Amino acid sequence: MLSLESITKTIQDWLFAKFTPQIALTIECVIVILLCITLFAVLGLVLVLLERKVAARIQIRLGPNRVGPGGIFQTAADTLKLIMKEGLTPDAADKFLFNLAPFVVMMVAMLLLAPIAFAKNFQIWDINIGVLYVSSISSLSVIGILMAGWASNNKYSLLGAMRSGAQIVSYELSAGFAVLTIVVLTGSLQISEIVASQENGWWLFKGHIPVIIAFVLYIIAVTAETNRAPFDLAEAESELTAGFHTEYSGMKFALFFLAEYINIFIVCAIGATLFLGGWMPLHIGHWKDFNHIMDYIPSSVWFMGKTFFLIFLIMWFRWTFPRLRVDQLLNLEWKYLLPISLFNLLLVTVIAIMGWHF
Amino acid sequence: MYNQTEIIKDTTNLGPDGELVVNMGPQHPATHGVLHLVVTLNGETIKKIEPHLGYIHRSIEKMCESLTYRQFIYVTSRMDYLSSHINNTACALLVEKGMQIEVPERAKVVRTILNELTRIASHELWIGAMAMDLGAFTPFFYAFREREMITDIMEDTCGARLTMNYIVPGGLMYDIHPDFQTKVKAFVKQFKEKVTEYEDLVTGNVIFQSRTQGVGTLSYEDAISYGCTGPVARASGVSCDMRKIAPYDAYDRVEFDEVIETAGDSFARYIVRVKEMNQSIRIIEQLIDNIPEGDFVGKTKNVLKLAKGEFYQRVETARGELGVYIVSEGATTPYRIKFRSPGFSNLSVLDHIAKGSKIGDLMATMGTLDLVIPDIDR
Amino acid sequence: MDIESIKSYITAHAPEATFDETGEWLNIIVESNHVKPLAAVLHGQPMQLDFLFCLTCVDYKTHLTMVYHLTSSKDRSINIVIKANVNSADPIIETVSDIWRTAEFLEREVFEMFGVEFLHHPDLRKLILEEETAIAVDEQKELVTEKKGYWPLRKDFEDPINMIKL
Repeated sequence: MLSLESITKTIQDWLFAKFTPQIALTIECVIVILLCITLFAVLGLVLVLLERKVAARIQIRLGPNRVGPGGIFQTAADTLKLIMKEGLTPDAADKFLFNLAPFVVMMVAMLLLAPIAFAKNFQIWDINIGVLYVSSISSLSVIGILMAGWASNNKYSLLGAMRSGAQIVSYELSAGFAVLTIVVLTGSLQISEIVASQENGWWLFKGHIPVIIAFVLYIIAVTAETNRAPFDLAEAESELTAGFHTEYSGMKFALFFLAEYINIFIVCAIGATLFLGGWMPLHIGHWKDFNHIMDYIPSSVWFMGKTFFLIFLIMWFRWTFPRLRVDQLLNLEWKYLLPISLFNLLLVTVIAIMGWHF
Repeated sequence: MYNQTEIIKDTTNLGPDGELVVNMGPQHPATHGVLHLVVTLNGETIKKIEPHLGYIHRSIEKMCESLTYRQFIYVTSRMDYLSSHINNTACALLVEKGMQIEVPERAKVVRTILNELTRIASHELWIGAMAMDLGAFTPFFYAFREREMITDIMEDTCGARLTMNYIVPGGLMYDIHPDFQTKVKAFVKQFKEKVTEYEDLVTGNVIFQSRTQGVGTLSYEDAISYGCTGPVARASGVSCDMRKIAPYDAYDRVEFDEVIETAGDSFARYIVRVKEMNQSIRIIEQLIDNIPEGDFVGKTKNVLKLAKGEFYQRVETARGELGVYIVSEGATTPYRIKFRSPGFSNLSVLDHIAKGSKIGDLMATMGTLDLVIPDIDR
Repeated sequence: MDIESIKSYITAHAPEATFDETGEWLNIIVESNHVKPLAAVLHGQPMQLDFLFCLTCVDYKTHLTMVYHLTSSKDRSINIVIKANVNSADPIIETVSDIWRTAEFLEREVFEMFGVEFLHHPDLRKLILEEETAIAVDEQKELVTEKKGYWPLRKDFEDPINMIKL
């Protein structure tokens, strides 16, 4: 059967047969980089279109429907427009940091792709501290946002960046604790092992109450971490015009925009890996035939399906809820989510030590 | 060119106590027009709000001094463009009062129905826009679905969708469209079914409630002292509905309740407007089947001349009490005209009630004051 | 309270006030320096005219007239108009913004439109127009600006820049 696993294996074997290991590794790196950039572009196009279509569906309207059948080329046309636009740098801005910021945000998003298992044995880098790597790198994106807000020399940008800093730093904690819940149950930080541990059932459906709590916490925390409504205070357009990216235009703005969507994809992919079994197909107990049919669906489809389900969930939030106020946002984290996460972690640790989990 | 240290000094622009002065507007998404607020911030907390007006000031009062009593009504549609019918009614009523023109019953009833439709349309737009200020986009589209029906009715009736100019001294400009009654009934039916939809989306929402309850609280005494009227004052417990105090047109023969809340916060102002829409529907239902037959305009002279003296007419627009004060010297044009606009007084209270709250609260407060900038600037 | 008792109450507190009942509402005409004391009396018990719903000025060419429309939130059927003439050349009147807060904005509007100066007003600045107003265009097509003496709603006002002469 043709699968991503076999394709990568063939390419690798061929490369190592033809060249010395060093050159083969270099070529592999180049291929991976190219694939990553392509994935970015495709994801950006698909997610923006998806967002607009979901929003339209919720808001009793049609959404983009002119460019291409059903409007599928709308985002391509938008991207073309953004590339053609002049990228303005305000005169009073700190030019170096101002121009660097979008790339910092983008690079962080790119680095996060490394440990994600897109399909069975299809992973860029199966690092043994995968989950830790993800949590640590994702906190770097706040630097890019603060950089953008500060360097713009704009009061709205500054306020937006300050809000964003406070928000991301706080919600990092809850997201981290939610991830730790699974790590405690699995006993490993490696993504591939976490996925493997869910062969007989996804963590969310195994019936551990702490995991369900952790899943809810995780979804709330990552919505906040990616600056999505109802936590989009950093770019609250009715309050701060556009927040930290007020002064950006053209492709530099598009990079922020793209990074936001890529971040959503990544946090949803991590969520799917940790709680919904990554690329693992749905297996129900001893229904052999059912499980067999499920196995026929390629693992990449399973992974993408789960990820996009979570993405849809986050988009649904955005178009339903009003925005929180900044003090309410921090209250929610420090007074409610953090204590719950701590207690939840304690609970799951007790379960793991006593060996009550299955 | 700036050097590095200057940039940093410029960015923070700190006042003596570490304050940040932000210009909100004239181009800002939440001011819904060209209102300019100079906001002094301490971190996220508002220390002072200073409104600067005049970006859309057209000096309508001065303009009206050179327009005849037939012409000046059209200018008033451009004041509070969301309740242009009601503005027109105020001016027509004043001229009728000054010249003792008899208005046919048919015209009175139709005017009342149109005024109430305008009020619903205005509140619908407000719900959408305010929810958008608070970051919820979807209610806007739900509200506009029903508002579109009203705008279509207006288009059939007057040919215009925003600035109607349909009401003239003595009655109406033309008779109503033959489909008027059926369309209004269809609207009433749809509104009653669908109003719950966006109420579910907004009213019961936990985040919406926490964003508005206890925010921008206006006390009873302040509401009176600042001259607040309309839903803003009624949410603070002040009874100030001109339709009850000095009934005009057909308001004396319909039954409706003056909606009064006592909390005085943004949520109370929201509730007042939602309930007011239901009261407007009640008024329309009572009148729509009872439009009397007959003339749609009374007998008037070709050239209108008000007697020497002073005239004052008050009506209840969607935003509050609109007063038209005319000093006449007996000529065909007013000698002096003054529009007492509800938005102007409601805006003056903004600094008082938003001081000490967060930037996010300012949006809730400003949103629920329902400011229409041409109404404030005139 | 009927009209007669209102009149006698006002006469007791402000003997110099004259009345005009030709219009819809009762007009009280006083000297400009008596407006503030009379306003304080009307605002207090038993009249409680706590709602100033309109404050404006009329230019009668020979003089300006300040017009205050008052009503009571307790009994909205009472409507009283106070009028006071002020000098055109040098209009000065005491502010009522400490009695009715709404007067603060309304007086600022009258200040910039008619040039009436309100004594003891907390923040008497232009509200609508720019601080410096263009009054003419000189030979180099530059705007000539001036800070004072530019009152758009007065009858003798002629805008050299924006007004289209018919």
